[in-house]
Amino acid sequence: MGRYALRRLLQMIPVFIGSTFLIFFMVYALGDPVAALFGDKAPDPATAARIRKDLYLDEPLWRQYAHYMGQIFSGHFGTAFNGQPVTELMASAFPVTLRLTLVAVAFEMALGITLGVLSGLRRGRGLDTSVLLLTLVVVSVPTFVSGTVLQYLFGVSWGWARPSVSPEAPLNELLLPGVVLGLVSLAYTTRLTRTSIVENARADYVRTAVAKGLPRHRIVTRHLLRNSLIPVVTFIGTDVGALMGGAIVTERIFNIHGVGYQLYQGILRQNSPTVVGFVTILVIVFLLANLLVDLLYAVLDPRIRYA
Amino acid sequence: MTACGGGGGGGADAGVVRSSWGDPPNPLEPANTNDVQGGKVLDMIFRGLKRYDPRTGEAKNALAERIESSDQRNYTITLKKGRRFANGEKVTAASFVNAWNYGARIDHKQRNAYFFEYIEGYDKVHPASGAAPTAKTLSGLRVRNDRTFTVRLTQKFSTWPKTLGYNAYVPLPRAFFTDHAAWLRKPIGNGPYQVRSYAKGSVMKLRAWDGYLGPDKARNKGVDLRVYTDSNTAYTDLQAGNLDLVDDVPAQQLKFVRSDLGNRYINQPAGIIQTLTFPMYDHVWSGPARAKVRRGISMAINRAQITERIFQGTRTPATDWTSPVLRRQGGYQPGLCGDACRYDPVRARKLIKAGGGLPGGRMTITYNADTGSHKDWVDAVCNSVNTVLRNDRACVGKPVGTFADYRNKMAGKKMTGPFRAGWQMDYPLIQNFLQPLYYTGASSNDGHFSDTGFDRLVNQANAASADGRAIAGFRDAEKILAEQMPAIPLWYQNGSAGYSRRLSEVALNQFSVPVYSQIRVG
Repeated sequence: MGRYALRRLLQMIPVFIGSTFLIFFMVYALGDPVAALFGDKAPDPATAARIRKDLYLDEPLWRQYAHYMGQIFSGHFGTAFNGQPVTELMASAFPVTLRLTLVAVAFEMALGITLGVLSGLRRGRGLDTSVLLLTLVVVSVPTFVSGTVLQYLFGVSWGWARPSVSPEAPLNELLLPGVVLGLVSLAYTTRLTRTSIVENARADYVRTAVAKGLPRHRIVTRHLLRNSLIPVVTFIGTDVGALMGGAIVTERIFNIHGVGYQLYQGILRQNSPTVVGFVTILVIVFLLANLLVDLLYAVLDPRIRYA
Repeated sequence: MTACGGGGGGGADAGVVRSSWGDPPNPLEPANTNDVQGGKVLDMIFRGLKRYDPRTGEAKNALAERIESSDQRNYTITLKKGRRFANGEKVTAASFVNAWNYGARIDHKQRNAYFFEYIEGYDKVHPASGAAPTAKTLSGLRVRNDRTFTVRLTQKFSTWPKTLGYNAYVPLPRAFFTDHAAWLRKPIGNGPYQVRSYAKGSVMKLRAWDGYLGPDKARNKGVDLRVYTDSNTAYTDLQAGNLDLVDDVPAQQLKFVRSDLGNRYINQPAGIIQTLTFPMYDHVWSGPARAKVRRGISMAINRAQITERIFQGTRTPATDWTSPVLRRQGGYQPGLCGDACRYDPVRARKLIKAGGGLPGGRMTITYNADTGSHKDWVDAVCNSVNTVLRNDRACVGKPVGTFADYRNKMAGKKMTGPFRAGWQMDYPLIQNFLQPLYYTGASSNDGHFSDTGFDRLVNQANAASADGRAIAGFRDAEKILAEQMPAIPLWYQNGSAGYSRRLSEVALNQFSVPVYSQIRVG
C-alpha cells in the first residue's frame, strides 16, 4: 500500500508539469494582456514596455514558463495585476470554495445515496419512477437556470435566504449555493447508487445474508450498500475536483468570492499568474482526490489489494 | 418586501450606504487608476485643486484658492489654508509637486503618466523610448512656499487649469512615499471619506471623516462598497433589501426596472460617446472620395431605432462628437454633425455609390466579444446598413475574442474596416473629446486620422486667452470631423442607477458615478 501510494505520488509530477505548461500556453496564446490594463485608452508605449518587462512578458514563452516554475518551487506564485500576490488571493479564495464544495458534496452524498438506495430497493415502483424522472429534470436544467430561479424564489420572493453571500461566506449562507452546485451531481449520484443497488441485490452474498435470517437494515447497510458504493465513491471523489473548478457559474450567481471568481477575473484580464496559479492548485486537488478514491477502494472491498 | 420594513435589514450599519462595486483592475494609486471603479474611491477619499460640479460639470476651485496665468503657459497655483490629510498631515504645495513628480516618472509605471505630458521636463522623466530617465523631477514644477507652486507647460493650454479636477492630479501625503505598501492596503487621502478597511476583491468600508473642511462634507455616516461580479446579482440584492445602490442596471432588467423601482431609477446622460472609427491608415478607407462613403455609412445607420430597441433608451442618438454633459456653454452642440447623422436610406445609398461603393463591395465592423454585449448592436448596425444597401452581406460583424487582443489589433494598425470605439471623458471639457482622439499622433487617435486644418484649429483654441474663444475654436475643429467623418458618432451613453427606499437625494455626476457624499440614509 505504501509503495503504491508513493508510485502514484511520483506519477503526479509529469501530470503536474504537463498541465501547468498547457494552461500557461493557453493563457499566453490569448495574446498580450498589457494593452487591456489601460482601458479604452491607448497605452503609452514606454509605460507598457516597462510593465511588460516587469511581468516577464517580453520573454519567449519557454523562458516565462521556466521563470514561473522557478517561482512556484520557492513558494511564490507571482502577482496579480492589481498588485496583490497570488498566494494572498488563494488564501482568501480557496477556503471559501472548499466550504462551498463541502456543502455540495455533503448534500449530494446524503440525499443522493438515500434516494438511490430507496429507489433501487423499490425498483419499478412509483417512488423509483418519480425519482428517475426527477433526476432527469435536474440533469437537464443548467446550473445558471436553477441557480437564478432558486436565488429569486428563496432570496427575493420568500426572503428565506440572502440572494448573495457576504465576503466572509459563513456556512449557513452557503447552504443555498451549495445545493445549487450539488444538484447535477446529486442526480448522477442517485442514478449510480440505484443501478449499483439493483445489480447487487441479486448477488449471491445478499441471498446468503437473507437466507441466514439477518435483519433487513443490516443486510442493506453492511452487505448491499458497502459493495454498491464503490462506483459512487469513485464518482464523488473525482467530483470534488470538478465541483471546485466548476463553481464558476454558481459563484458568479451568488457573488461568492472564491476560486471561480478569481479564475473568471484572471481569464477576463488575461492574468497568467492568477489563472495558472489557481489551476495548478486545482490540478493538485484533483490528483489527490483521485488517489484518495483509489486508496478507499481497499477499505470498501478488501479483495482489492495494492502491491 | 418584508426585509425592507425596519430599514436596517441585511446587516446594514445605521446611516451607511451599501453600494455595488467592481474590483478595480489596477492598484489604487491616483496616477495609476484609469477605471471607473477605482476612480469612484479616489473621488471619495481625495480632493484636488479643482472639482467638477456634480450637476453642471463646471470646474470649481476645491483646494486651489487661485490659479493664475498671464500667458496660458506659466501658471501660479495658490492653495487654501488649513487643509489636511486624514492622518493629520498638512496639505502643502509639496504634497502636489511630489505626487505629480511620482506620477510622471517612468520608473513608477503609472498608467496616467501621460496626464503630466504638458508640464515641462516630462520628456526627461518619462522618455518616449522607454529608456532610463535623465531627471527625477519635472523641471516645470517649482515649490515657492508652503501654499504656492508654479507650473510651466510646454505649450499654451488655456483650459489646462480646468483639467486639474482629474484624479491623477490629487495631492499625496508623505505616508504614500515612506510606506507605500501600507498605503496601498489602506489609502489615506484628504476627502470627505476615509478608508476604514479594505478587503481586496470583496469589500471596502469607507466612513465619513470629521476633519474634512470642504463644502461637500458627507451627509451619511459612510459607504460600504461591495464587489459584485455580476450586475444581475447586485440587482437581485437590491430587490431583496441587502443593497442600497446599484450604479449599473443590467441590460436584462431594463424592461422591468421602471415597475420594480419607480422613480428610484436614474437614467441620465454621462460623458461617454460611442463611435465607429475608420482605419485612416488603410488606403481603401482614406482619401477624399471615401469621405462620401464614410458619410453614407453614417446616414445608413438608424440610430433612433437601435437605441430604443437594443438599449431600451439608455443611449441617445449622437449628433456631434462630444457629449450632452458638457452643455452648450461647455461646447456641446447638438446637430453639429448635420445631415450625416440623420437616417436617410435614399441619400445614403447615393453617397456610398458616388464614393465608389464599399471597398471590395463589403465591410466588417470589428468589436471585442468578451464584455459589454457589443455583438447585439454591431449586428443591428450592420443590419441597418445592409437594408439600406439592399445587400444581406454588405456588412458583417467581426468579433475579436478578448479586449486585450482587440486593443493590440488597434495599436498594431491591423483593423481592416470600421471598428467600435468608446470614449469616456477624463474631464468635462470639449478639448478632451477632440484632441486625444483626432489630433495628429494623439494618444488615443486609434484611427490615425490626420488633418492639418484640424490640428491648427486645436492649437489656436488651446492658445486662446478667453474661455468662449477656446470653445468656439474647438467647435470649428469639430466641423472638420463632420466633413471628413473619420469616426461616425453613434450614441451618447447614459449612466443608470437604482436605489433602495432607505436612500434619498441620490444623483449621478457627469462620469455616471453616484455623488456619494450627498446621499442621505433613512
